[in-house]
Amino acid sequence: MTLLLIVLIPLLGALLVPVAGARGRMAAALMAGALTATALGLLLSLAPQVFAGEVLVSSWAWMADFGLYFSFRLDGLGLLFALLILGIGLLVILYATYYLSPKDSMSKFFAFMMLFMGAMLGVVLSENLILLLIFWELTSLTSFLLVSFWRHRADARQGARIALAITGGGGLCLLAGILLLGEIVGSYELSVVLASADLIQSHDLFAPALILILLGAFTKSAQFPFHFWLPHAMAAPTPVSAYLHSATMVKAGVFLLARMHPALSGGDLWFYLVTTAGLVTLVFAAYVALFRHDLKGLLAYSTISHLGLITLLFGFGTPLAAVAGVFHIINHATFKASLFMAAGIIDHEAGTRDMRRLNGLFKYMPYTAMLAMVAAAAMAGVPLLNGFLSKEMFFVETLALQRLDDWAWLIPALATLGGVFAVAYSLRFIHDVFFNGEPKNLPKVPHEPPRWMKIPVEVLVTLCLLVGIFPAFTVGPLLATAAAGVLQAPLPEYSLAIWHGFNIALMMSFVALVGGILFYLLRHRLFALHARLLPGEFGAKQIFDKMIIGLLDISRWLTHLLENGSLQRYMALLVGAAVTVGLYAAAQHGAINFSMAGSSIPFNGVAIAILIGLILAGVGTVLLHRHRLPALVMLGVVGLCLSLLFVYFSAPDLALTQLSVEVVTIILLLLALHFMPQEAAADSGNARRWRDAALAGGAGIGVAGLTWAVLTSPFETLSGFYLEQSVPGGGGSNVVNVILVDFRGFDTFGEITVLAIAAIGIHALLQNLVIKPNDPGRYGWAPAKPPLLLEVVSRPLLPLALMVALYLMLRGHNAPGGGFIAGLVVGIALILQYLASGVEWTQARLRINYFKVIAVGLILSLLTGVASWVVGYPFMTTTFTYLYWPVVGKFEVASAMVFDLGVFLTVVGITMVILAELGKLSGPLAPRPVPNKEESR
Amino acid sequence: MEVLISTAIGFLVACGIYLMLRARTMDVVIGLTLLSYGVNLFLFASGRLVSNAAALISPDAAAYADPLPQALVLTAIVIGFGMTAFLVVLAIRAFGDLGNDHVDGKAGK
Repeated sequence: MTLLLIVLIPLLGALLVPVAGARGRMAAALMAGALTATALGLLLSLAPQVFAGEVLVSSWAWMADFGLYFSFRLDGLGLLFALLILGIGLLVILYATYYLSPKDSMSKFFAFMMLFMGAMLGVVLSENLILLLIFWELTSLTSFLLVSFWRHRADARQGARIALAITGGGGLCLLAGILLLGEIVGSYELSVVLASADLIQSHDLFAPALILILLGAFTKSAQFPFHFWLPHAMAAPTPVSAYLHSATMVKAGVFLLARMHPALSGGDLWFYLVTTAGLVTLVFAAYVALFRHDLKGLLAYSTISHLGLITLLFGFGTPLAAVAGVFHIINHATFKASLFMAAGIIDHEAGTRDMRRLNGLFKYMPYTAMLAMVAAAAMAGVPLLNGFLSKEMFFVETLALQRLDDWAWLIPALATLGGVFAVAYSLRFIHDVFFNGEPKNLPKVPHEPPRWMKIPVEVLVTLCLLVGIFPAFTVGPLLATAAAGVLQAPLPEYSLAIWHGFNIALMMSFVALVGGILFYLLRHRLFALHARLLPGEFGAKQIFDKMIIGLLDISRWLTHLLENGSLQRYMALLVGAAVTVGLYAAAQHGAINFSMAGSSIPFNGVAIAILIGLILAGVGTVLLHRHRLPALVMLGVVGLCLSLLFVYFSAPDLALTQLSVEVVTIILLLLALHFMPQEAAADSGNARRWRDAALAGGAGIGVAGLTWAVLTSPFETLSGFYLEQSVPGGGGSNVVNVILVDFRGFDTFGEITVLAIAAIGIHALLQNLVIKPNDPGRYGWAPAKPPLLLEVVSRPLLPLALMVALYLMLRGHNAPGGGFIAGLVVGIALILQYLASGVEWTQARLRINYFKVIAVGLILSLLTGVASWVVGYPFMTTTFTYLYWPVVGKFEVASAMVFDLGVFLTVVGITMVILAELGKLSGPLAPRPVPNKEESR
Repeated sequence: MEVLISTAIGFLVACGIYLMLRARTMDVVIGLTLLSYGVNLFLFASGRLVSNAAALISPDAAAYADPLPQALVLTAIVIGFGMTAFLVVLAIRAFGDLGNDHVDGKAGK
């Protein structure tokens, strides 16, 4: 449980810090510091058990079926990294409190930082590999936020983007690798994986799994050729660089190498891949570091080089090399974090990080200079400092390597060369910044930083010295525990003394020191040579940029290919895809049986006539489509034929609905035609028309075939239930209506809600619409009054129509009819008034707010449903009873009728909103510009 | 009879899709209406077609028409009307705002 808390406290802190930050900047910093200290305290309380050799594991099932457990593990390696993360984290929080300017949001910065801290702790303390990966990706994301903290700066944004692309991409490789590893081992728990080295390394999938996992580690630890994101990430605020890019995040890659060491190392593949990457990175980055003029750029390449060194050590695969690797992780974290902080102080107090301008700062800030010089000496590997000890161990290991036979000299030689460069760039850091003449054109006069800003540097530099002079007393136990955690085996013999006598390793250190000094003395010529040979920027960043640009070009091309803004093309692609898939499915599952044997419906003259009429009217609509008015008439014929077909095939409710909807639809389209062009020129060429005809024909044949297949296949319906229950359960003998208002009432409620939304949408679309009626007079859209005969007949028709509607509605439960149909009938009757007497006349007499009608209808339907709750039944349960009325006799009252009344009102309201709103546009009330009015102005 | 019904549905769908592939909004609206007729008929037919079957429950009915597809199609007809109405008003608005009735909102070539 304590283990879980250590990870959760910083993650929780990401929420608490902004809360505290509301009380002021200092409160945010204090909250971050206090939480980190608490987590550190918890960690230290567990440390004695780990030092005693225990491995603490606590586990909760998360998605056990996928092998994902919420499980944490604390062993020596985890303890070391957690100590670095929390210890240096605490120092960085103190440093950042004084580093950040009042313009920077303190609570945002510390919230991001706590999030990162929690993610990083999750990586090093995870027992489950998938959990580790989740935290791994979280570190990539949070580092993106931290690097781009100064988001007004383009270089910060770009740096963050590159870092995210590289480390995030590596994370995906790692995911694949871990999944393969889990497949091989059968478990994602580290305890199992680390104990299955033989199983893993003899498996066929070992090579791909290893390569993918290494890609994850190399991208995170900035190994060549993925190193270039790290220098660009230097656009981050310096506390971020000190924390992420020296001590923690970039160490996640080497942490992974150390963590997986027992399971993956030892074989040739591991040796060659890891040592090559490490060796190339070590030498290349050390060389480049010398030529960086930016203080942080130098430190960034130096970090890459040191990460290469650590990678190289783990690549050797021997226990002693692993000890040396762990030791160098500790030492590098201490001296590099302090150097970054010193660089930040210099930047803060002098206003620039350019080493061509920063000279002779020793006079202005002697104390900081002393600290920085000690740390830089440790980086160079000067005796009596911690960097010397681990470098010495490194040299010994390069010499002890038994693998390369005749080429055995290569690694020690290149390692020494790397050492020469390291001394040279460390010397440059000291000499160029603190001596070498006077500062040039500094923006401000440099001075010592605030007292508290120096404390973190002092602590770290003291550690460098203590470890360098008394290694066995200070770092000895921690190193032993951590190394044991890496190896998961008894430790080899090693000695942490400063003096091992005169040996080849000492000679290598000596050569590196002398060579480095010589190299630095010759620097002016070297700079000139470097500038001549390698002008301008070079390397992986440019390739990366080209790749990104190429990717963008490809996506643009693909986007344009698929999405060129032509809706016609999308439609064609959609239909084409549907036809293709349909053809494929038909080919897969056998052809449709076209024998007449499956036919069971007898031929009938009436039905044949209706169907032929349907086909002819449909084709007629297409042929006439460019003459809209005749086309609409044809469309009406299709609808009427359909309605007749419903009658013929025993569906009276459908026939009534289709008939009334058809009338409303045609009126609506005719109204629309008033505003739209009534004739259209042929604007697609022959080729396009044939293509469309082929697509449409294909779809038609497909649907026809499908219908045939459906109609001739055996049939089993679930309607039996509805037929049986309609009268006893729903109290109505019109099954269709009972299904609508009772059995599936909730669906119907949803449906009328959708209609209401459509009506509101239409209302909104018609607001403030300015439109000129198109080519007036062409089809006789004269502003003349409607015929008198229609006007006279329509008025007595209204009460009659209302009566019919009421009748249809009341009988709906037991005979064809119901709310939908009655609503449409009322709608048509009212529209007739508009048509016959004009909008103005009708508007003056029909003062109804149709939106209110819709609302009342919806509420009524809803209340019917809710009422059943009140009496303790599920939503929309209905009931019914019989009443005996005088004259009428036995009469049924069902609660579903109230629901149907709601449907009725809603449909009336919607029809009227749609048609009347559109009609108003053309009436005298419409806000349209009338030509002669404009003339009279 | 099934052949003719299948053919009719196929024709409605083909006519609807052909019109929906046209470049003018009004054609697309008409096409969509035709397509929804085809689809409604298909849904209705999926409950199998019988003539002279009882639509209402009565003790002396020999066979019933399948009520479930009918209920489905009834709501589909009404929803289809709502959609047609919305689309046609959208077309009017686009015509009013853009000054042409091309589906992409630009004047024809």
